[in-house]
Amino acid sequence: MKKTVKKYWFLLAVVIVNLFVLLFYPQKGITALHFTGKNCLNFLFMLMPIFICVNLMDVWIERDIMIKVIGKKSGFKGVLVALLLGVVTAIPLYALLPVAGVLLKKGGRISNILIFLGASTSFRIPLLLFEISSLGWQFTFVRFGVNIIVIFAIAFIIEKILSEKDKKTIYENADNL
Amino acid sequence: MNAVFTYILYGVTFVLLIVSFLKDKSKTLLSLKKAWKMFINILPQFIAILMLVGLLLEVINSETIQHVIGSKSGIAGILISSLLGVFTLVPVLIAFPIAAELLNNGAGIAQTAVFISTLTMVGFITLPMETKYLGKKIALLRNGFAFLFALISACIIGVILV
Repeated sequence: MKKTVKKYWFLLAVVIVNLFVLLFYPQKGITALHFTGKNCLNFLFMLMPIFICVNLMDVWIERDIMIKVIGKKSGFKGVLVALLLGVVTAIPLYALLPVAGVLLKKGGRISNILIFLGASTSFRIPLLLFEISSLGWQFTFVRFGVNIIVIFAIAFIIEKILSEKDKKTIYENADNL
Repeated sequence: MNAVFTYILYGVTFVLLIVSFLKDKSKTLLSLKKAWKMFINILPQFIAILMLVGLLLEVINSETIQHVIGSKSGIAGILISSLLGVFTLVPVLIAFPIAAELLNNGAGIAQTAVFISTLTMVGFITLPMETKYLGKKIALLRNGFAFLFALISACIIGVILV
């Protein structure tokens, strides 16, 4: 019982809040649930191929190859691969995380995975195109320029901060995914 | 744009599955089994996230957003819009038109930039999920730094684009 609660505390908490809202503001509660149902299908539709691709990758791609491409000693090439991979991957953060997880599992360098995450969330190509059309090229261009520096800064600072022991725990965690 | 990408993704996945199946049946089945396990594992957290977003969207609508982070809202406006970005999980396809609307109605550039930056890079709601895949330490550090840098870069963008 205690284990179940610990595992599902987030869902339980939200369900309880939702029940309260339904009880006191039925209209708002129903609209909120309606949103949840509709989007649940949309998001799952989007996630399904990701999960399949990620696990095909997990089964087929040898750890050694991955380590060579974006691992610890991949150097500049690894950074570039991570950056390009991120720029062309047009999926939201929640769908990116499993991908990042499997890259870690395959021995990817932590900073490269953070670059991949950062590049995809803040300046993937479809997003840039859409941003230009709605907010103008000036805004997009300046934000892009500033953000590319930010992404690298975040990736390298975090890798510096993590101790060897932290890294070991992180890779062990990824191994159990 | 996202829908097209999803269809392409389905096409690619389908082709990969067939190729994989032709090459090695048992490996393919193993990967599908793993995909299913991954799916079941993440489902409860995922439903929770969507329920929370549904509730949040009921409370915060675009009018409220326009009211709170107008062009004269200054640093308080920047802070508020950064928090809005952190705590909401809105697809960018919805967020950009909102942001454009904000700018048209005289919202500050810095406020809009920080909203987009935190919305795309920092996710409070997805934090449990991130912890699961990348570990607690990376998740916390990444979101913390992304938040900090979003504030700094927003100020830079605000200065450049005045």
